[in-house]
Amino acid sequence: MTETKQHGETVQTESRSAIEIRNLSTYYGDFRALDDINLTVDPMTVTALIGPSGCGKSTLIRVLNRMNDYIDGFRVEGQVLVDGQDIYDKKVNVEQLRKRVGMVFQKPNPFPKSIFENVAYGLKIQGIKEKSFIEERVVKSLQQVVLWDEVKDNLKKNAFGLSGGQQQRLCIARTLAVEPSIVLMDEPTSALDPISTAKIEELVFELKSQYTFVIVTHNMQQAARISDKTAFFYMGNLIEVGDTQQIFTNPGVKRTEYYIRGQFG
Amino acid sequence: MTNSGRNRLIDRAFSVWGVVSTFIGIALLLMFIGIILYDGLGRINWAFFTSLPSRFPEKAGIYTSMVGTLWIVVLTLILSLPLGISAAIYLEEYAKKGRFSNILEINISNLAGVPSIIYGLLGLQIFSRTMGLGGNLLAGAFTLALLVLPIIIVATREAIRAVPGSIKDASYALGATKWQTIWLQVLPGASGGIMTGVILALSRAVGEAAPLIVVGALAYVPFVPASPMDQYSVLPIQIFNWISRPQAGFSTNAAAGILILLAITLAMNLVAVYYRSRYQRKSN
Ligand SMILES: Nc1ncnc2c1ncn2[C@@H]1O[C@H](COP(=O)(O)OP(=O)(O)OP(=O)(O)O)[C@@H](O)[C@H]1O
Ligand SMILES: [Mg+2]
Repeated sequence: MTETKQHGETVQTESRSAIEIRNLSTYYGDFRALDDINLTVDPMTVTALIGPSGCGKSTLIRVLNRMNDYIDGFRVEGQVLVDGQDIYDKKVNVEQLRKRVGMVFQKPNPFPKSIFENVAYGLKIQGIKEKSFIEERVVKSLQQVVLWDEVKDNLKKNAFGLSGGQQQRLCIARTLAVEPSIVLMDEPTSALDPISTAKIEELVFELKSQYTFVIVTHNMQQAARISDKTAFFYMGNLIEVGDTQQIFTNPGVKRTEYYIRGQFG
Repeated sequence: MTNSGRNRLIDRAFSVWGVVSTFIGIALLLMFIGIILYDGLGRINWAFFTSLPSRFPEKAGIYTSMVGTLWIVVLTLILSLPLGISAAIYLEEYAKKGRFSNILEINISNLAGVPSIIYGLLGLQIFSRTMGLGGNLLAGAFTLALLVLPIIIVATREAIRAVPGSIKDASYALGATKWQTIWLQVLPGASGGIMTGVILALSRAVGEAAPLIVVGALAYVPFVPASPMDQYSVLPIQIFNWISRPQAGFSTNAAAGILILLAITLAMNLVAVYYRSRYQRKSN
């Protein structure tokens, strides 16, 4: 047993990993989407999940904050530990878990509300009423995603008025506002132009000193640029995982090499 | 004749037939409205709205039945809205999809098509007799609430389904509970569609006479109901009563009453159309 410090509070953990996946298999009804996955994610790192369409990347990332709970017939076997706690344990409070494990989606999905209300939403649903506290947090989050200067005079305007890239950064700010320790991103830039994409990559690079990132991406350059570790999936199996540098220059498995060279999938 | 030539002929014949049928419908409707306008328009004046029913057609008015209709609509709304929306939320967000929810779904859609007199008979047994409400406003409103409930449920479910899943995902991912997500995202997003459905449901309730007659609405009410426990009449019943009188003056009154009723339902439908278009524009 060791103690890791996270966001001021002391958390008892069995290991130093932010996420530890043990013998995880998942099912949609009878269909097995993930097969006996073992994977650990270290704190304050960026892990990229890559692999051809349908290989189970989204399934895995949505397991990590239990977003698949709402799918009828979805089932999990094995263990998923977040900060040492088995998140599929009956005693786990799913809402609390999701505050610690935030998520950014493929398409920017701001609420049909003002920019301010979008970022404040996660705090307000926790019952936080103190105005100055909320305002501080909103400003800080918008600054973290380098959106503050662009929106500071328009906080009351509807978020739909922002560009796609701005909307996605707003969604990241909204996630950061509840101070998660882990941020999951499922193809966060696939709907964005190259400049917006570069901005978000830069952000992740800046923020990884404070957060643990797990990112699904189809963009090999992106995985190579921003991730510390890369995990390659194929048809529900984890084929290979290792340091990004090693995976991209000297993969241990032929399949990985084929995929990365773009001759695959 | 070639096959495609024959098909084209059938095509043409059918489109002509379609135009003719549409035209017949519209022509009949226009004729009906024309006759009613001719008969009743001259009868509408301020006194017509403020007079009590009377034995003399020139003195009779729709005051009590108008107020009765207003009472009925408001009470029906109060009774059916929370129930209908709750049921729709349950069916869309909580009920497990399966045989049971399919059966419920089919039944609710079918209920919307049950003749209104059946609801009257049901109301007579449950509300008037078993619950002992007799022929008061509450018995009528309960009966109409049953009648419009399926319409509200179906409309609300459609509106809820139209709220993008990505918005719900975003809410859940920030740690919102199911209830918070429904209350803060789903219902506001669905409000336009719900509003449209509710208005259409109420405009149906405004025009109903048969079920209310069965549960004891009166044809002649010389007073304005002061509480939900009072006796009442409504516009369609007043009109029905006038039509069945032999004197010519009363059929003029009936025509005037029909014009008012038409105007009310038309106005409600326009509001509904307005909401629907605004709502569609917003969701695009
Ligand atoms: N709700 C669902 N019900 C049934 N099967 C599903 C469901 N969601 C995903 N699957 C199946 O699980 C498998 C993995 O899907 P998943 O979405 O995780 O793939 P992915 O790697 O994210 O693909 P992509 O790169 O296209 O996003 C696929 O075969 C898919 O058809
Ligand atoms: Mg995916």
